[in-house]
Amino acid sequence: MSSWNYRTCPTTGFKVHNKAETLIQFNAVTSIVFLLVGGIVGLTLALTRWQAVHLLNDEWFYRFLSLHGIAMLVAWIVFFEMAVLYFASAVILNSRLAAPWVGWLQYLLMLVGGALVAVMILTGNADVMFTSYVPLKAHHLYYLGIILFAVGAILGCVVFFATLVVAKHEKTYTGSLPLVTFGAAAAAIIAIITLSAGAIVFIPTWLWAAGIIPVMDSEVYRLLFWGFGHSSQQINVAAMVSIWYLLATLTVGAVPLNEKVCRTAFVLYILFICIASEHHLLVDPGFSAAHKTWNTGYFMHLAVLASMIHAFSVPAATEVALRKQGHTRGAFEWLKKAPWGNPGFSSLVLSVVGFGFLGGITGVIYGTEQINIIAHNNLRIPGHFHATVVAGTTMAFMGITWYMLPLMFRRQVVAPKLASLQPWLFGGGMMMFSTAMMFAGGFGVSRRSWDMNGVDGPFQVNFGPIVDLSLAVMGISGVVAALGGAIFCLLAVATLLFGKKVNA
Amino acid sequence: MSVTSPQPGWWNSPLHKEEKIWITIAAVWCVFITLAMPWWHIFGTQNSSQEYYTINPDDYGTVVDKFIEQYTVGEEAGIPVVAPPAGAEIFLRGQQWMWDPILKLKKGETYRLHLSSMDVLHAMSIYPINMNFEVVPGWDYVLTLTPTTSGEFNIICNEFCGIGHHSMIGKIYVES
Repeated sequence: MSSWNYRTCPTTGFKVHNKAETLIQFNAVTSIVFLLVGGIVGLTLALTRWQAVHLLNDEWFYRFLSLHGIAMLVAWIVFFEMAVLYFASAVILNSRLAAPWVGWLQYLLMLVGGALVAVMILTGNADVMFTSYVPLKAHHLYYLGIILFAVGAILGCVVFFATLVVAKHEKTYTGSLPLVTFGAAAAAIIAIITLSAGAIVFIPTWLWAAGIIPVMDSEVYRLLFWGFGHSSQQINVAAMVSIWYLLATLTVGAVPLNEKVCRTAFVLYILFICIASEHHLLVDPGFSAAHKTWNTGYFMHLAVLASMIHAFSVPAATEVALRKQGHTRGAFEWLKKAPWGNPGFSSLVLSVVGFGFLGGITGVIYGTEQINIIAHNNLRIPGHFHATVVAGTTMAFMGITWYMLPLMFRRQVVAPKLASLQPWLFGGGMMMFSTAMMFAGGFGVSRRSWDMNGVDGPFQVNFGPIVDLSLAVMGISGVVAALGGAIFCLLAVATLLFGKKVNA
Repeated sequence: MSVTSPQPGWWNSPLHKEEKIWITIAAVWCVFITLAMPWWHIFGTQNSSQEYYTINPDDYGTVVDKFIEQYTVGEEAGIPVVAPPAGAEIFLRGQQWMWDPILKLKKGETYRLHLSSMDVLHAMSIYPINMNFEVVPGWDYVLTLTPTTSGEFNIICNEFCGIGHHSMIGKIYVES
């Protein structure tokens, strides 16, 4: 057993397996590289949709938009989730990581797949957007890249579950799984289900692009794609909520109020959210209203119930913990005395507010059969998911990074003052950005359009000054958020290179 | 702590009163919004259409050509303008990167509007009333439509359909 090397973390007391630690480091660093790429590209997109600036030309706008979706929604988030899965299994359970070589295979497949996709997009071989709706066709290597990436992610989930088995077998913990690990397990189960749906859609699409399968039906593709595309966002939800609990514990020492309630809510995610994906097809031919309503109504709302439970549980546990620290005067002293200067804590609060109030509520509204008629494919939709995936998930992942750096990389964060400012710039900017986008969408400004006025078309459309104003607000808050994102990447890299070593 | 195993017997620890109240409110709300959707569908007046057929894009093109030939009254920006009679079956064709024909409709009359694409996915967004429907190759999507406002409306494509996507703008006239 000499190849298993452990150290004991002096802060948390966790036994850290060196191979788990290295894999966590590689996945986390790679995710931040993709965040940087996607962020730079995202900034140019915001400055193009801000009609007064209109930075890029049409070709590069669409190309960068495809890259932005892949780099952020796929690469940044999933690489980071792999780090979270290894942390939640090996580190939290004080266990060795099962089959580290499979973990390395996960890393390599995802890296090669992600790079292949990025190269295909940048060389103009895949101007198909993140959704790649057939029969719009990309080079077949683009689809292969997606498949390799997805297989890699599935392997990461396999390593996670195998580690749970090892830990149980070797008795590295007693009793039930800790809540964070339980939530990560929910995320991994959803990942396996939805990535399989991804395989069902992307393997035939790849063969079709390679000329082996003659025809693909657009509507069947849309159904299957969203079975993967939206449901896989629930991986992010489950991972993000686990991190909410983790951050609440690390920042103020919060204890879940009732383990049964929190865990049942995670099970609701697994059971119901995977099926709910037809809110993307509400204004499509091919499905009856009964079918769509059942899918988006019944299944979706049981998952919404789960989110509402967490939305109570996390703040309530935080309040209880802060009151225990002695902040008991009045109704709100605990809130006033909360550690607002701790970027982990402010990220947690911003993430809960951004995800719940802006992202969650608008998601439920736009997913209604009739309201979808006035929301489908206009800027309301990216407004909604920038609130969930960016102001919510990304904000939470950034928040936990401030703890990852000392715990996993053993470096003290450089410039902590700047770090405590970062969540406000990023989270605040992103919430404003989302709101402005949804506002412009209300006037019918379409998403994924280089020029809303139809500059090269037979007719021109003028949306008027209110839309110009909201797009300006969108552009400016996009710059603010990008600044917050840049500070995050800069501090993370600077900490890795120059941060003071924590007890070597 | 969320990073340590819970106390033995955690499954049986009782819920706090506030938790019970919140979960009840949340559950009732979810039941309400779940019932609201079918309720609105049955008693509301504006639903997404449920009428659709599969069709070969070439056949759809032939039908649209015939429709244009029959009712053309002019041309604008190189696109034919058609004025079909009230109550007719009317057709709109999406293709990279134009909508044709331009439709001239009468306020208060009901039409059956057929939507389909000749190549890739498109979507019809009617400006300025901001109503949006997917336009899918191989599928004939039929909307029953009664214009209630007269004037000029634009059709903006809002499903990405290639580099010329933003230039894909069409027109509908509604006369009183």
